[in-house]
Amino acid sequence: MNELQLKVLELLKEDARRDAELIATMLDEPVEEVKQAIAAMEQDHVIVKYATVVNWSKVDDEKVTALIEVQITPERGRGFEGIAEHIYLYPEVKSVYLMSGAYDLLVEVEGKNLKEVASFVSNKLSPIDAVLSTKTFFILKKYKQDGIIFEEHEGDHRLMVSP
Amino acid sequence: MIKEDSEQTVSVRRESMADYLSPLVRGIKPSGIRRFFDLVSSRKDIITLGVGEPDFVTPWHVREAAVYSLETGKTQYTSNAGMPELRGAIGQYLNDSFAVEYNPANEILVTVGGSEAIDLALRALITPGDEILIPEPCYISYSPITSLSGGVAVGIETFAADNFKLRADQLKAAITPRSKVLILCYPSNPTGGIMTREDWLPIAKLVEENDLIVISDEIYAELTYGSNHVSFAAMPGMKDRTILVSGFSKAFAMTGWRMGYACGHSDLIAAMLKIHQYTVMCAPIMAQYAALEALQHGLEEKDRMIESYNQRRRLVVKGFRDIGLECHEPQGAFYAFPSIASTGLTSEQFAQRLLEEGGVAAVPGDVFGLGGEGHIRCSYATSVTQLTEALDRIGQFVHKLKQG
Repeated sequence: MNELQLKVLELLKEDARRDAELIATMLDEPVEEVKQAIAAMEQDHVIVKYATVVNWSKVDDEKVTALIEVQITPERGRGFEGIAEHIYLYPEVKSVYLMSGAYDLLVEVEGKNLKEVASFVSNKLSPIDAVLSTKTFFILKKYKQDGIIFEEHEGDHRLMVSP
Repeated sequence: MIKEDSEQTVSVRRESMADYLSPLVRGIKPSGIRRFFDLVSSRKDIITLGVGEPDFVTPWHVREAAVYSLETGKTQYTSNAGMPELRGAIGQYLNDSFAVEYNPANEILVTVGGSEAIDLALRALITPGDEILIPEPCYISYSPITSLSGGVAVGIETFAADNFKLRADQLKAAITPRSKVLILCYPSNPTGGIMTREDWLPIAKLVEENDLIVISDEIYAELTYGSNHVSFAAMPGMKDRTILVSGFSKAFAMTGWRMGYACGHSDLIAAMLKIHQYTVMCAPIMAQYAALEALQHGLEEKDRMIESYNQRRRLVVKGFRDIGLECHEPQGAFYAFPSIASTGLTSEQFAQRLLEEGGVAAVPGDVFGLGGEGHIRCSYATSVTQLTEALDRIGQFVHKLKQG
Protein backbone atom coordinates (compact mmCIF):
# COMPACT_ATOMS: atom_id res chain seq x y z
CA MET A 1 0.00 0.00 0.00
CA ASN A 2 1.37 3.39 -0.92
CA GLU A 3 0.32 6.81 0.33
CA LEU A 4 -1.89 7.52 -2.66
CA GLN A 5 -3.76 4.25 -2.20
CA LEU A 6 -4.43 5.10 1.45
CA LYS A 7 -5.76 8.53 0.54
CA VAL A 8 -7.97 7.04 -2.17
CA LEU A 9 -9.32 4.49 0.31
CA GLU A 10 -10.23 7.23 2.78
CA LEU A 11 -12.25 9.04 0.13
CA LEU A 12 -13.94 5.88 -1.12
CA LYS A 13 -14.82 4.86 2.43
CA GLU A 14 -16.74 8.13 2.80
CA ASP A 15 -18.58 7.60 -0.48
CA ALA A 16 -17.98 4.60 -2.73
CA ARG A 17 -19.65 6.31 -5.69
CA ARG A 18 -16.87 8.86 -6.08
CA ASP A 19 -15.20 8.29 -9.43
CA ALA A 20 -11.51 8.41 -10.23
CA GLU A 21 -11.81 11.86 -11.78
CA LEU A 22 -13.38 13.43 -8.69
CA ILE A 23 -10.86 11.73 -6.42
CA ALA A 24 -7.98 12.86 -8.62
CA THR A 25 -9.18 16.47 -8.38
CA MET A 26 -9.64 16.28 -4.62
CA LEU A 27 -6.17 14.84 -4.11
CA ASP A 28 -4.47 16.86 -6.85
CA GLU A 29 -3.10 13.70 -8.47
CA PRO A 30 -3.21 12.55 -12.12
CA VAL A 31 -6.43 10.67 -12.98
CA GLU A 32 -4.46 7.78 -14.48
CA GLU A 33 -2.58 7.18 -11.24
CA VAL A 34 -5.78 7.21 -9.23
CA LYS A 35 -7.34 4.73 -11.64
CA GLN A 36 -4.30 2.50 -11.31
CA ALA A 37 -4.40 2.73 -7.52
CA ILE A 38 -8.05 1.69 -7.47
CA ALA A 39 -7.46 -1.15 -9.95
CA ALA A 40 -4.54 -2.45 -7.91
CA MET A 41 -6.53 -2.43 -4.71
CA GLU A 42 -9.44 -4.20 -6.38
CA GLN A 43 -7.02 -6.77 -7.77
CA ASP A 44 -5.48 -7.38 -4.35
CA HIS A 45 -8.88 -7.54 -2.70
CA VAL A 46 -7.96 -4.57 -0.52
CA ILE A 47 -11.18 -3.20 -1.90
CA VAL A 48 -13.44 -6.22 -1.51
CA LYS A 49 -16.72 -4.82 -2.68
CA TYR A 50 -18.68 -1.56 -3.18
CA ALA A 51 -21.78 -2.18 -1.09
CA THR A 52 -24.57 -0.01 0.31
CA VAL A 53 -25.09 0.63 3.99
CA VAL A 54 -28.80 0.09 4.58
CA ASN A 55 -30.85 1.12 7.56
CA TRP A 56 -33.16 -1.89 7.47
CA SER A 57 -35.34 -0.56 10.23
CA LYS A 58 -36.68 1.93 7.67
CA VAL A 59 -37.62 -0.85 5.27
CA ASP A 60 -41.08 -2.44 5.76
CA ASP A 61 -39.58 -5.85 5.21
CA GLU A 62 -37.89 -5.88 8.61
CA LYS A 63 -35.16 -8.24 9.62
CA VAL A 64 -33.86 -9.39 12.95
CA THR A 65 -30.19 -9.71 13.68
CA ALA A 66 -28.53 -11.63 16.48
CA LEU A 67 -24.96 -11.74 17.72
CA ILE A 68 -24.02 -15.23 18.82
CA GLU A 69 -21.07 -16.06 21.01
CA VAL A 70 -19.84 -19.49 20.01
CA GLN A 71 -17.40 -21.70 21.93
CA ILE A 72 -15.52 -24.18 19.81
CA THR A 73 -13.08 -27.06 20.10
CA PRO A 74 -10.32 -26.20 17.63
CA GLU A 75 -9.23 -28.87 15.13
CA ARG A 76 -5.75 -30.30 15.25
CA GLY A 77 -3.61 -28.61 12.57
CA ARG A 78 -6.33 -26.22 11.36
CA GLY A 79 -7.31 -24.41 14.53
CA PHE A 80 -10.50 -22.44 14.02
CA GLU A 81 -10.29 -22.03 10.25
CA GLY A 82 -12.33 -25.06 9.21
CA ILE A 83 -15.13 -24.48 11.69
CA ALA A 84 -15.23 -20.78 10.91
CA GLU A 85 -15.62 -21.55 7.22
CA HIS A 86 -18.29 -24.13 7.94
CA ILE A 87 -20.22 -21.42 9.77
CA TYR A 88 -19.65 -18.44 7.49
CA LEU A 89 -20.76 -20.31 4.38
CA TYR A 90 -24.35 -20.27 5.62
CA PRO A 91 -26.06 -17.34 3.85
CA GLU A 92 -27.86 -16.46 7.10
CA VAL A 93 -24.48 -15.59 8.60
CA LYS A 94 -23.54 -11.96 7.94
CA SER A 95 -20.24 -11.78 9.75
CA VAL A 96 -17.88 -13.98 11.72
CA TYR A 97 -15.05 -12.80 13.96
CA LEU A 98 -12.47 -14.82 15.88
CA MET A 99 -12.35 -13.29 19.34
CA SER A 100 -10.05 -13.27 22.31
CA GLY A 101 -11.63 -13.97 25.69
CA ALA A 102 -14.37 -16.21 27.03
CA TYR A 103 -15.65 -17.47 23.67
CA ASP A 104 -14.11 -18.08 20.25
CA LEU A 105 -16.33 -16.89 17.41
CA LEU A 106 -18.71 -13.99 17.30
CA VAL A 107 -21.29 -14.77 14.64
CA GLU A 108 -23.80 -12.28 13.27
CA VAL A 109 -26.92 -13.98 11.99
CA GLU A 110 -29.78 -12.34 10.13
CA GLY A 111 -33.29 -13.73 9.72
CA LYS A 112 -36.82 -12.68 8.82
CA ASN A 113 -37.95 -13.05 12.41
CA LEU A 114 -36.94 -14.33 15.81
CA LYS A 115 -38.17 -17.85 15.06
CA GLU A 116 -36.03 -18.14 11.96
CA VAL A 117 -32.86 -17.11 13.81
CA ALA A 118 -33.66 -19.43 16.73
CA SER A 119 -34.18 -22.27 14.30
CA PHE A 120 -30.83 -21.56 12.62
CA VAL A 121 -29.09 -21.75 16.00
CA SER A 122 -30.74 -24.99 17.10
CA ASN A 123 -30.79 -26.79 13.75
CA LYS A 124 -27.60 -25.62 12.04
CA LEU A 125 -25.14 -24.01 14.43
CA SER A 126 -25.42 -25.99 17.68
CA PRO A 127 -25.38 -29.46 16.05
CA ILE A 128 -21.90 -28.85 14.57
CA ASP A 129 -19.62 -31.29 16.42
CA ALA A 130 -16.94 -28.79 17.31
CA VAL A 131 -19.45 -26.28 18.73
CA LEU A 132 -19.47 -26.56 22.52
CA SER A 133 -21.93 -23.82 23.38
CA THR A 134 -23.78 -20.79 22.01
CA LYS A 135 -25.19 -17.65 23.57
CA THR A 136 -27.58 -15.65 21.41
CA PHE A 137 -28.17 -11.90 21.77
CA PHE A 138 -30.76 -10.21 19.61
CA ILE A 139 -29.99 -6.70 18.41
CA LEU A 140 -32.81 -4.33 19.31
CA LYS A 141 -31.60 -1.23 17.49
CA LYS A 142 -28.60 -0.21 15.44
CA TYR A 143 -27.31 3.25 16.25
CA LYS A 144 -24.04 3.20 14.40
CA GLN A 145 -22.34 0.74 12.06
CA ASP A 146 -18.88 0.96 10.51
CA GLY A 147 -18.54 4.54 11.68
CA ILE A 148 -21.83 5.56 10.11
CA ILE A 149 -24.52 6.97 12.40
CA PHE A 150 -27.97 5.80 11.32
CA GLU A 151 -30.06 8.62 12.69
CA GLU A 152 -27.91 11.73 12.54
CA HIS A 153 -29.23 14.38 14.92
CA GLU A 154 -26.39 16.83 14.53
CA GLY A 155 -27.41 17.97 11.05
CA ASP A 156 -26.45 21.35 9.60
CA HIS A 157 -27.71 24.10 11.86
CA ARG A 158 -25.71 26.89 10.27
CA LEU A 159 -27.29 30.09 9.05
CA MET A 160 -27.71 30.12 5.27
CA VAL A 161 -25.41 33.11 4.91
CA SER A 162 -22.89 34.46 7.39
CA PRO A 163 -19.94 36.84 7.09
CA MET B 1 -41.73 81.57 34.49
CA ILE B 2 -41.14 78.00 35.44
CA LYS B 3 -43.87 76.91 33.07
CA GLU B 4 -42.26 78.70 30.13
CA ASP B 5 -38.96 76.95 30.80
CA SER B 6 -40.58 73.55 30.75
CA GLU B 7 -42.37 74.40 27.52
CA GLN B 8 -39.06 75.26 25.95
CA THR B 9 -37.69 71.88 26.97
CA VAL B 10 -40.67 70.22 25.34
CA SER B 11 -40.11 72.11 22.11
CA VAL B 12 -36.70 70.46 21.58
CA ARG B 13 -38.06 66.97 22.25
CA ARG B 14 -36.69 64.41 19.87
CA GLU B 15 -39.15 63.47 17.17
CA SER B 16 -38.26 59.83 16.69
CA MET B 17 -36.28 57.12 18.39
CA ALA B 18 -33.56 57.52 15.80
CA ASP B 19 -32.93 61.01 17.16
CA TYR B 20 -31.75 59.44 20.41
CA LEU B 21 -29.07 57.46 18.66
CA SER B 22 -25.44 58.35 18.60
CA PRO B 23 -24.45 59.85 15.24
CA LEU B 24 -21.61 57.31 15.12
CA VAL B 25 -24.10 54.45 15.17
CA ARG B 26 -26.51 56.17 12.81
CA GLY B 27 -23.65 56.65 10.37
CA ILE B 28 -23.04 52.91 10.05
CA LYS B 29 -24.59 51.40 6.95
CA PRO B 30 -26.46 48.11 7.41
CA SER B 31 -24.32 45.22 6.22
CA GLY B 32 -24.85 44.13 2.61
CA ILE B 33 -24.54 40.54 3.73
CA ARG B 34 -27.57 41.02 5.96
CA ARG B 35 -29.70 42.11 3.01
CA PHE B 36 -28.58 39.08 1.06
CA PHE B 37 -29.27 36.84 4.05
CA ASP B 38 -32.92 37.97 4.09
CA LEU B 39 -33.18 37.21 0.39
CA VAL B 40 -31.72 33.71 0.79
CA SER B 41 -33.79 32.88 3.87
CA SER B 42 -36.99 33.35 1.90
CA ARG B 43 -36.00 30.58 -0.52
CA LYS B 44 -36.27 26.82 -0.29
CA ASP B 45 -34.33 24.07 -2.06
CA ILE B 46 -31.23 26.10 -2.49
CA ILE B 47 -27.65 25.05 -1.95
CA THR B 48 -25.78 27.65 0.01
CA LEU B 49 -22.13 28.50 -0.52
CA GLY B 50 -22.68 31.59 1.60
CA VAL B 51 -21.75 30.19 4.98
CA GLY B 52 -18.68 31.64 6.66
CA GLU B 53 -18.13 28.83 9.11
CA PRO B 54 -16.93 25.21 9.15
CA ASP B 55 -19.40 22.46 8.25
CA PHE B 56 -17.96 20.29 11.01
CA VAL B 57 -19.66 20.18 14.37
CA THR B 58 -17.19 20.79 17.22
CA PRO B 59 -15.41 17.46 17.90
CA TRP B 60 -17.21 15.45 20.57
CA HIS B 61 -14.36 15.36 23.08
CA VAL B 62 -14.29 19.16 23.06
CA ARG B 63 -18.04 19.39 23.64
CA GLU B 64 -17.72 16.79 26.36
CA ALA B 65 -15.08 18.88 28.12
CA ALA B 66 -17.56 21.76 28.31
CA VAL B 67 -20.29 19.43 29.60
CA TYR B 68 -17.90 18.10 32.21
CA SER B 69 -16.97 21.62 33.30
CA LEU B 70 -20.68 22.25 33.96
CA GLU B 71 -21.09 18.95 35.79
CA THR B 72 -18.24 19.83 38.10
CA GLY B 73 -19.68 23.23 38.87
CA LYS B 74 -17.39 25.41 36.78
CA THR B 75 -19.93 28.21 36.49
CA GLN B 76 -18.01 31.19 37.82
CA TYR B 77 -16.10 34.16 36.44
CA THR B 78 -12.56 33.45 35.46
CA SER B 79 -9.62 35.79 35.64
CA ASN B 80 -10.41 38.78 33.38
CA ALA B 81 -7.71 37.84 30.92
CA GLY B 82 -8.89 34.21 30.77
CA MET B 83 -7.91 31.10 32.74
CA PRO B 84 -4.13 30.96 33.24
CA GLU B 85 -4.03 27.32 31.96
CA LEU B 86 -5.77 28.37 28.77
CA ARG B 87 -3.48 31.36 28.23
CA GLY B 88 -0.53 29.07 28.82
CA ALA B 89 -1.85 26.58 26.27
CA ILE B 90 -2.47 29.35 23.72
CA GLY B 91 1.07 30.66 24.20
CA GLN B 92 2.51 27.20 23.70
CA TYR B 93 0.34 26.53 20.66
CA LEU B 94 1.27 29.81 18.94
CA ASN B 95 4.93 29.17 19.60
CA ASP B 96 4.75 25.60 18.26
CA SER B 97 2.63 26.47 15.23
CA PHE B 98 3.79 29.90 14.11
CA ALA B 99 7.01 30.58 16.01
CA VAL B 100 5.66 33.61 17.85
CA GLU B 101 6.38 33.89 21.55
CA TYR B 102 4.02 35.51 24.04
CA ASN B 103 4.11 35.59 27.81
CA PRO B 104 0.80 34.15 29.06
CA ALA B 105 1.04 36.34 32.16
CA ASN B 106 0.64 39.70 30.42
CA GLU B 107 0.73 39.35 26.64
CA ILE B 108 -2.31 37.13 26.00
CA LEU B 109 -5.97 38.06 26.47
CA VAL B 110 -8.83 35.61 25.97
CA THR B 111 -11.82 37.32 24.34
CA VAL B 112 -15.39 36.62 23.27
CA GLY B 113 -14.47 35.61 19.74
CA GLY B 114 -11.85 37.26 17.56
CA SER B 115 -14.47 39.95 16.92
CA GLU B 116 -14.22 41.27 20.46
CA ALA B 117 -10.45 41.31 20.21
CA ILE B 118 -10.63 43.50 17.09
CA ASP B 119 -13.07 45.85 18.78
CA LEU B 120 -10.87 46.10 21.89
CA ALA B 121 -7.76 46.72 19.84
CA LEU B 122 -9.36 49.48 17.80
CA ARG B 123 -10.94 51.11 20.84
CA ALA B 124 -7.66 50.99 22.69
CA LEU B 125 -5.73 52.57 19.82
CA ILE B 126 -7.96 55.08 18.05
CA THR B 127 -7.97 58.78 18.77
CA PRO B 128 -10.86 60.29 16.78
CA GLY B 129 -9.61 61.28 13.35
CA ASP B 130 -6.91 58.61 13.16
CA GLU B 131 -6.77 56.84 9.82
CA ILE B 132 -7.04 53.06 9.86
CA LEU B 133 -5.69 51.34 6.76
CA ILE B 134 -7.69 48.34 5.62
CA PRO B 135 -6.77 46.21 2.60
CA GLU B 136 -9.96 45.18 0.82
CA PRO B 137 -11.91 43.10 -0.06
CA CYS B 138 -12.03 42.08 3.60
CA TYR B 139 -14.16 40.84 6.44
CA ILE B 140 -17.07 43.21 6.86
CA SER B 141 -16.61 44.40 10.44
CA TYR B 142 -13.32 46.32 10.37
CA SER B 143 -14.65 49.51 8.86
CA PRO B 144 -17.81 49.83 11.03
CA ILE B 145 -15.87 49.11 14.25
CA THR B 146 -13.32 51.72 13.20
CA SER B 147 -16.09 54.29 12.73
CA LEU B 148 -17.59 53.47 16.13
CA SER B 149 -14.34 54.54 17.76
CA GLY B 150 -14.19 57.73 15.71
CA GLY B 151 -11.51 56.45 13.38
CA VAL B 152 -11.49 56.95 9.64
CA ALA B 153 -11.37 53.73 7.63
CA VAL B 154 -9.14 53.99 4.56
CA GLY B 155 -9.63 51.09 2.17
CA ILE B 156 -6.77 49.81 0.03
CA GLU B 157 -7.96 47.89 -3.01
CA THR B 158 -6.23 44.58 -3.73
CA PHE B 159 -6.54 42.65 -6.99
CA ALA B 160 -7.08 39.15 -8.31
CA ALA B 161 -4.03 39.63 -10.55
CA ASP B 162 -1.92 39.84 -7.38
CA ASN B 163 -3.81 36.93 -5.76
CA PHE B 164 -5.30 39.63 -3.52
CA LYS B 165 -2.00 40.18 -1.75
CA LEU B 166 -1.29 43.59 -0.24
CA ARG B 167 1.45 45.27 -2.28
CA ALA B 168 3.88 47.61 -0.59
CA ASP B 169 3.45 50.32 -3.23
CA GLN B 170 -0.31 50.35 -2.66
CA LEU B 171 0.14 50.56 1.09
CA LYS B 172 2.68 53.33 0.71
CA ALA B 173 0.30 55.35 -1.47
CA ALA B 174 -2.43 55.11 1.18
CA ILE B 175 -0.30 56.21 4.13
CA THR B 176 -0.75 59.82 5.34
CA PRO B 177 0.51 61.59 8.47
CA ARG B 178 -2.78 60.62 10.13
CA SER B 179 -2.34 56.88 9.52
CA LYS B 180 -2.05 54.98 12.77
CA VAL B 181 -3.23 51.40 12.35
CA LEU B 182 -3.03 48.82 9.58
CA ILE B 183 -5.54 45.96 9.79
CA LEU B 184 -4.41 42.76 8.10
CA CYS B 185 -6.44 39.63 7.55
CA TYR B 186 -4.45 36.86 5.88
CA PRO B 187 -5.42 34.15 5.04
CA SER B 188 -8.21 36.34 3.76
CA ASN B 189 -11.92 36.17 4.10
CA PRO B 190 -13.34 36.54 1.42
CA THR B 191 -10.55 35.98 -1.13
CA GLY B 192 -8.57 33.07 0.29
CA GLY B 193 -5.41 35.09 -0.42
CA ILE B 194 -2.34 34.60 1.76
CA MET B 195 0.90 36.48 2.41
CA THR B 196 4.30 34.79 2.42
CA ARG B 197 7.40 35.88 4.25
CA GLU B 198 8.64 37.59 1.08
CA ASP B 199 5.32 39.39 0.72
CA TRP B 200 5.45 40.57 4.33
CA LEU B 201 9.01 41.95 4.41
CA PRO B 202 8.38 45.19 2.44
CA ILE B 203 5.10 45.69 4.35
CA ALA B 204 6.96 45.35 7.65
CA LYS B 205 9.49 47.91 6.46
CA LEU B 206 6.73 50.44 5.71
CA VAL B 207 5.08 49.77 9.06
CA GLU B 208 8.37 50.51 10.78
CA GLU B 209 9.14 53.60 8.71
CA ASN B 210 5.70 55.07 9.26
CA ASP B 211 5.43 54.11 12.90
CA LEU B 212 2.21 52.15 12.41
CA ILE B 213 0.55 49.59 14.68
CA VAL B 214 -0.80 46.45 13.02
CA ILE B 215 -3.88 44.51 14.01
CA SER B 216 -3.31 41.15 12.36
CA ASP B 217 -6.50 39.08 12.23
CA GLU B 218 -5.10 35.57 11.78
CA ILE B 219 -8.31 33.66 12.48
CA TYR B 220 -7.70 31.48 9.40
CA ALA B 221 -4.00 30.93 10.16
CA GLU B 222 -4.22 27.14 10.36
CA LEU B 223 -6.15 26.90 7.11
CA THR B 224 -3.39 27.28 4.56
CA TYR B 225 -2.75 24.85 1.75
CA GLY B 226 0.64 24.11 0.32
CA SER B 227 2.59 26.44 2.58
CA ASN B 228 2.59 27.19 6.29
CA HIS B 229 1.03 30.40 7.50
CA VAL B 230 3.49 33.16 8.28
CA SER B 231 2.35 35.38 11.13
CA PHE B 232 3.01 39.08 10.64
CA ALA B 233 4.10 39.17 14.28
CA ALA B 234 6.94 36.79 13.39
CA MET B 235 8.51 39.33 11.02
CA PRO B 236 11.70 40.94 12.34
CA GLY B 237 10.85 43.83 14.66
CA MET B 238 7.12 43.44 14.22
CA LYS B 239 6.13 41.64 17.42
CA ASP B 240 5.81 44.83 19.48
CA ARG B 241 4.03 46.63 16.65
CA THR B 242 1.46 43.88 16.13
CA ILE B 243 -1.68 42.88 17.95
CA LEU B 244 -2.23 39.32 16.82
CA VAL B 245 -5.89 38.35 16.86
CA SER B 246 -7.07 34.78 16.45
CA GLY B 247 -9.38 32.21 17.96
CA PHE B 248 -10.92 28.78 17.85
CA SER B 249 -13.83 29.35 15.46
CA LYS B 250 -12.39 28.24 12.15
CA ALA B 251 -9.59 25.72 12.68
CA PHE B 252 -11.27 23.99 15.62
CA ALA B 253 -14.84 24.29 14.31
CA MET B 254 -15.96 26.27 17.35
CA THR B 255 -17.77 29.31 15.93
CA GLY B 256 -20.69 29.32 18.35
CA TRP B 257 -18.46 29.11 21.42
CA ARG B 258 -17.14 32.63 20.79
CA MET B 259 -13.58 31.91 21.84
CA GLY B 260 -10.92 34.27 20.59
CA TYR B 261 -7.73 35.86 21.83
CA ALA B 262 -5.41 38.78 21.33
CA CYS B 263 -1.66 38.77 21.84
CA GLY B 264 0.72 41.67 21.83
CA HIS B 265 2.91 44.08 23.76
CA SER B 266 1.98 44.02 27.46
CA ASP B 267 1.08 47.74 27.44
CA LEU B 268 -1.38 47.24 24.58
CA ILE B 269 -2.86 44.08 26.09
CA ALA B 270 -3.22 45.88 29.45
CA ALA B 271 -5.17 48.67 27.73
CA MET B 272 -7.42 46.16 25.97
CA LEU B 273 -7.88 44.25 29.22
CA LYS B 274 -9.10 47.45 30.86
CA ILE B 275 -11.92 47.74 28.31
CA HIS B 276 -12.59 43.99 28.40
CA GLN B 277 -12.97 43.88 32.19
CA TYR B 278 -15.49 46.73 32.23
CA THR B 279 -17.50 45.50 29.26
CA VAL B 280 -17.61 41.69 29.31
CA MET B 281 -15.63 40.81 32.46
CA CYS B 282 -14.37 37.53 31.04
CA ALA B 283 -15.10 34.96 28.33
CA PRO B 284 -17.53 32.20 29.42
CA ILE B 285 -15.80 29.64 31.59
CA MET B 286 -17.28 26.51 29.95
CA ALA B 287 -16.14 27.71 26.53
CA GLN B 288 -12.68 28.28 27.96
CA TYR B 289 -12.56 24.68 29.19
CA ALA B 290 -13.64 23.50 25.76
CA ALA B 291 -10.91 25.58 24.12
CA LEU B 292 -8.33 24.16 26.50
CA GLU B 293 -9.40 20.63 25.56
CA ALA B 294 -9.16 21.54 21.85
CA LEU B 295 -5.55 22.69 22.29
CA GLN B 296 -4.58 19.73 24.47
CA HIS B 297 -6.19 16.91 22.48
CA GLY B 298 -7.70 18.34 19.31
CA LEU B 299 -4.74 19.01 17.04
CA GLU B 300 -4.99 15.79 15.01
CA GLU B 301 -8.68 16.31 14.44
CA LYS B 302 -7.94 19.89 13.35
CA ASP B 303 -5.42 18.61 10.80
CA ARG B 304 -7.96 16.15 9.43
CA MET B 305 -10.49 18.93 8.96
CA ILE B 306 -7.92 21.07 7.16
CA GLU B 307 -7.06 18.20 4.81
CA SER B 308 -10.74 17.83 4.05
CA TYR B 309 -11.06 21.56 3.22
CA ASN B 310 -8.06 21.26 0.94
CA GLN B 311 -9.68 18.41 -1.02
CA ARG B 312 -12.84 20.45 -1.47
CA ARG B 313 -10.85 23.56 -2.37
CA ARG B 314 -9.28 21.76 -5.33
CA LEU B 315 -12.68 20.51 -6.43
CA VAL B 316 -14.23 23.98 -6.34
CA VAL B 317 -11.38 25.83 -8.05
CA LYS B 318 -11.30 23.29 -10.88
CA GLY B 319 -15.08 23.45 -11.05
CA PHE B 320 -15.14 27.23 -11.57
CA ARG B 321 -12.36 27.10 -14.13
CA ASP B 322 -14.14 24.34 -16.04
CA ILE B 323 -17.26 26.49 -16.07
CA GLY B 324 -15.19 29.26 -17.64
CA LEU B 325 -15.09 31.61 -14.64
CA GLU B 326 -11.67 32.97 -13.79
CA CYS B 327 -10.68 31.86 -10.33
CA HIS B 328 -7.40 32.74 -8.69
CA GLU B 329 -6.07 29.93 -6.54
CA PRO B 330 -7.12 30.54 -2.93
CA GLN B 331 -4.30 29.30 -0.72
CA GLY B 332 -6.00 29.81 2.62
CA ALA B 333 -9.30 29.99 4.54
CA PHE B 334 -12.25 28.11 2.97
CA TYR B 335 -13.42 30.49 0.29
CA ALA B 336 -13.07 30.71 -3.44
CA PHE B 337 -13.53 34.15 -4.95
CA PRO B 338 -14.12 33.62 -8.67
CA SER B 339 -14.60 36.49 -11.07
CA ILE B 340 -18.01 36.74 -12.68
CA ALA B 341 -17.07 39.81 -14.72
CA SER B 342 -17.14 37.79 -17.98
CA THR B 343 -20.90 37.36 -17.61
CA GLY B 344 -21.44 41.10 -17.91
CA LEU B 345 -23.38 41.20 -14.64
CA THR B 346 -22.50 43.00 -11.43
CA SER B 347 -21.85 40.90 -8.32
CA GLU B 348 -25.25 41.78 -6.91
CA GLN B 349 -27.06 40.96 -10.14
CA PHE B 350 -25.17 37.71 -10.56
CA ALA B 351 -25.75 36.58 -6.98
CA GLN B 352 -29.41 37.47 -7.06
CA ARG B 353 -30.07 35.76 -10.39
CA LEU B 354 -27.98 32.73 -9.44
CA LEU B 355 -30.14 32.41 -6.36
CA GLU B 356 -33.41 32.82 -8.22
CA GLU B 357 -32.61 30.98 -11.44
CA GLY B 358 -29.91 28.56 -10.34
CA GLY B 359 -30.87 27.81 -6.75
CA VAL B 360 -27.40 28.50 -5.36
CA ALA B 361 -26.53 31.14 -2.77
CA ALA B 362 -23.15 32.85 -2.97
CA VAL B 363 -22.26 36.19 -1.43
CA PRO B 364 -21.83 39.10 -3.87
CA GLY B 365 -18.23 40.33 -3.65
CA ASP B 366 -19.04 44.02 -3.39
CA VAL B 367 -20.19 43.63 0.23
CA PHE B 368 -16.54 43.06 1.15
CA GLY B 369 -15.44 46.49 0.02
CA LEU B 370 -13.08 47.76 -2.69
CA GLY B 371 -12.02 45.19 -5.26
CA GLY B 372 -14.91 42.88 -4.41
CA GLU B 373 -17.13 43.97 -7.28
CA GLY B 374 -17.04 41.48 -10.15
CA HIS B 375 -16.56 38.53 -7.79
CA ILE B 376 -18.67 36.21 -5.67
CA ARG B 377 -17.57 34.56 -2.46
CA CYS B 378 -18.18 30.83 -2.37
CA SER B 379 -17.51 28.91 0.81
CA TYR B 380 -16.42 25.35 0.16
CA ALA B 381 -17.07 24.33 3.76
CA THR B 382 -19.94 22.16 2.64
CA SER B 383 -20.25 18.51 1.61
CA VAL B 384 -18.68 17.21 -1.60
CA THR B 385 -22.12 16.13 -2.82
CA GLN B 386 -23.52 19.62 -2.29
CA LEU B 387 -20.48 21.25 -3.87
CA THR B 388 -20.72 19.04 -6.94
CA GLU B 389 -24.42 19.82 -7.32
CA ALA B 390 -23.80 23.55 -6.75
CA LEU B 391 -21.07 23.61 -9.42
CA ASP B 392 -23.43 21.84 -11.84
CA ARG B 393 -26.11 24.43 -11.23
CA ILE B 394 -23.68 27.36 -11.52
CA GLY B 395 -22.33 25.83 -14.74
CA GLN B 396 -25.80 25.64 -16.27
CA PHE B 397 -26.63 29.16 -15.12
CA VAL B 398 -23.44 30.66 -16.55
CA HIS B 399 -23.88 28.72 -19.78
CA LYS B 400 -27.38 30.12 -20.14
CA LEU B 401 -26.09 33.66 -19.46
CA LYS B 402 -23.35 33.38 -22.02
CA GLN B 403 -25.72 32.00 -24.65
CA GLY B 404 -27.55 35.29 -24.14
